[in-house]
Amino acid sequence: MKILVLVKQTFDTEEKIRLQDGQVQEDGVRFVINPYDEYAIEEAIRIKEAGDAEVVVVSVGPSRSEEALRTALAMGADEAILADDSELFGDEYSAAKVLAAIARKDQYDLIIAGNQAVDDGSGQVAVRLAEELGIPHISTLTKLEVNGNEVIGHRDAEGDEEIVKATLPVLVTAQQGLNDPRYPSLIGIRKAGKKPLTHVTLADLGLTAEEIARKSEVVETFLPQPKTAGKILSGDLSQQVSELVTALHSVEKVIG
Amino acid sequence: MATEEKLAKGAAFLIEETQAEKIFTPEDFTQEHQMIAETTRSFVEGEILPHSEQLEHQDWDLTVKLLHKAGELGLLAADIPEEYEGLGADKVTSALITEEITRGGSFALSHGAHVGIGTLPIVFFGNEDQKRRYLPKLASGEWIAAYALTEPGSGSDALGAKTTATLSADGKHYVLNGTKQYITNSGFANVFVVYAKIDGEKFSAFIVERDYSGVSTGPEEKKMGIKASSTRQLILEDVHVPVENLLGEPGRGHVIAFNILNIGRHKLAVGAVGAMKSALQVSVKYAKERKQFGTSISSFPLIQQKLADMNILTFVTESMAYRTTGDIDRQLEKLGKTSDGRQIAQAIEEYALECSVNKVFASEALDKVVDEGVQIHGGAGFIQDYPIERMYRDSRINRIFEGTNEVNRMIIPNTLLRKAMKGELALLQAATALQSELMGMMPISDEVSELGPIQHQLAMMKKIFLFVGGVSVQKYMQSLKDEQEILAWLADIVIEIYATESALLRTQKELDKGASAEQKVDMTTIFAQESFARVEQSARNILASMEEGDMLRTQLTLLRKLTRVQPVNTRDIKRRIAQRVIDAEKYLA
Repeated sequence: MKILVLVKQTFDTEEKIRLQDGQVQEDGVRFVINPYDEYAIEEAIRIKEAGDAEVVVVSVGPSRSEEALRTALAMGADEAILADDSELFGDEYSAAKVLAAIARKDQYDLIIAGNQAVDDGSGQVAVRLAEELGIPHISTLTKLEVNGNEVIGHRDAEGDEEIVKATLPVLVTAQQGLNDPRYPSLIGIRKAGKKPLTHVTLADLGLTAEEIARKSEVVETFLPQPKTAGKILSGDLSQQVSELVTALHSVEKVIG
Repeated sequence: MATEEKLAKGAAFLIEETQAEKIFTPEDFTQEHQMIAETTRSFVEGEILPHSEQLEHQDWDLTVKLLHKAGELGLLAADIPEEYEGLGADKVTSALITEEITRGGSFALSHGAHVGIGTLPIVFFGNEDQKRRYLPKLASGEWIAAYALTEPGSGSDALGAKTTATLSADGKHYVLNGTKQYITNSGFANVFVVYAKIDGEKFSAFIVERDYSGVSTGPEEKKMGIKASSTRQLILEDVHVPVENLLGEPGRGHVIAFNILNIGRHKLAVGAVGAMKSALQVSVKYAKERKQFGTSISSFPLIQQKLADMNILTFVTESMAYRTTGDIDRQLEKLGKTSDGRQIAQAIEEYALECSVNKVFASEALDKVVDEGVQIHGGAGFIQDYPIERMYRDSRINRIFEGTNEVNRMIIPNTLLRKAMKGELALLQAATALQSELMGMMPISDEVSELGPIQHQLAMMKKIFLFVGGVSVQKYMQSLKDEQEILAWLADIVIEIYATESALLRTQKELDKGASAEQKVDMTTIFAQESFARVEQSARNILASMEEGDMLRTQLTLLRKLTRVQPVNTRDIKRRIAQRVIDAEKYLA
């Protein structure tokens, strides 16, 4: 079986976001594998260790993403593909197109991705990819079983659990709690340096800029307003209610 | 390699100029280094910090379990050669592991005693049989190591040990008797490197297993800090140690002891870097959260000043410690894999002075950093719920172990004098040349290039050292070794020179690469200025302690020729440095 794992390198969740001229500053920032993607990588490696599988990790992103791919290789993935040609960058639509072109170059039985990236948090790329490839997907898995051609996914459904069956090839996305990702060992890190990591460009993938052109545009990037102190209403109950209604109308303007 | 690269000679930085490109800096970490640091950090965050409380309460089963886990990840194997199931990694790798582990509190002591002073004597000085028997178990963590040098009656005076070793009648064992004190990991270690005197004379090292009959440990010491590490006496009563377990040659235990101390000093500095980064991080976070007078205390310039000072000290220590690490790596690389213990000892000994310099500077820098950390926390800093309280207590031991800072301050000028006498360092020639130079005009500082004024200050600091050092040698000749105050001031000047130069070269190296290095330039500017003032004060102390009247006035006039520097706007620069730290909420180089 051949497994493709989608990986994105993101800011460590502990990092402070700093903006300068509307751009997020990256200097001195600690980058990590998107935590949801870590579950995806771990799951793929466990399937490999339980049977016979080859694990390929892929990322669309700047060349610093190589660190994330090397970490995945150190955890136990076999091969990595990095689409770091800036002409391949766009939005979720573009990323899905690029990943589809990469996926089509080989025969993957299973594609595993994180449910979402902790930076943009769109949760779109993986499911768009399934659509591009014309394969089914099961999202936000908390448990995955693969028996031959059959895949059973347990998914979080608003506090309930939904069990979904599908047949390979299929794409699944990982929810928190799918597994407990391992740390890459020092031996693993050593070996990772010698595993293949291929860089691909627009031309390599036979794509054109028009085909993958972004469908959305970032208009403005800004930090959330600092939280201001709350207000405690006083007086008897009816006074408080009327004061609240007035405030909702005229101060907060949440009621028209 | 076609041409052999010229290696930095130990202590030569005092009389030579070092090229920025020749030093190793944290900016030179490879991807592999970074990944290893990352694994260590994840291990600390995922496995150590969640158990801090339990570890502080001395749950040794947990400590051993976590050491095994560290072993599985390879975190105990960096310094062990591949043929003994280690990683055979460079010293930068093991330094990074040490730095990151330190961020998990005093579990780092258990780790450090195992991989450093516990394992390295066998790595460096063990014979093939000893390496084969012990190193694979130590690499995996199956066995934990400890190091037993100190005794109740001999601390700094290590060679005054009273523990004895007597060859048994059948010649198969050495019978050891004695008590070792303050032995880290003694509560659970499986193997100890023990120093004893054969026939009460020949100071030698032995590998002693815990299971040997007659080996026991005393009760756990009740320590001020580093409570997550085990510290007990090791008691040896007629312990029969197989002769095969004599480490190195009989009567040459001091070679092992002193070189392991050198490594220990260097590792202490690297560990201090990790501890400083942690202290700074919790302090800047606290300063941002804590509101007084309706605003975050991080907006107050006096709090900012502390944050800037903490960041600068961390940066300078980091620059020094990794510079030395890189130099040691290059020496060891040159040796190749076939080298014996003596060659390795020599290679490490080359930088004995730098190791002492690092140890003193780092331990004192860490003390200042945790002290200001507590101050930023205010009353909360005195309460055990806040990690800074533990950091403050944990820091204090660093000025004491691995050779007290006083002993290390004596080592620095003594090493220099020895090197000068042996002709390894042209110190006296340089001092003589300076005397005639002092009669003429001194060059003025290059104010044009960004680092020009700092380069000038550094050059003047080196001249000041040669000047007062030369005068002291002339004055006291052989009895200089008894003038401990003068020697300590000289040591302080040497330490300041290495510190300033390491920060300067690191910054220079970044600028040469075309990288933006505003924070580094700011930090180096401030540190150099403050360091220069301390050097000047030490020099004045030395001169005023030796001479008086006209002689003193003449010498102070000469000193003043070397101390003409323009002050910088400390207030504004420190505010800038602090603001960047506040934005990043952590150490920022």
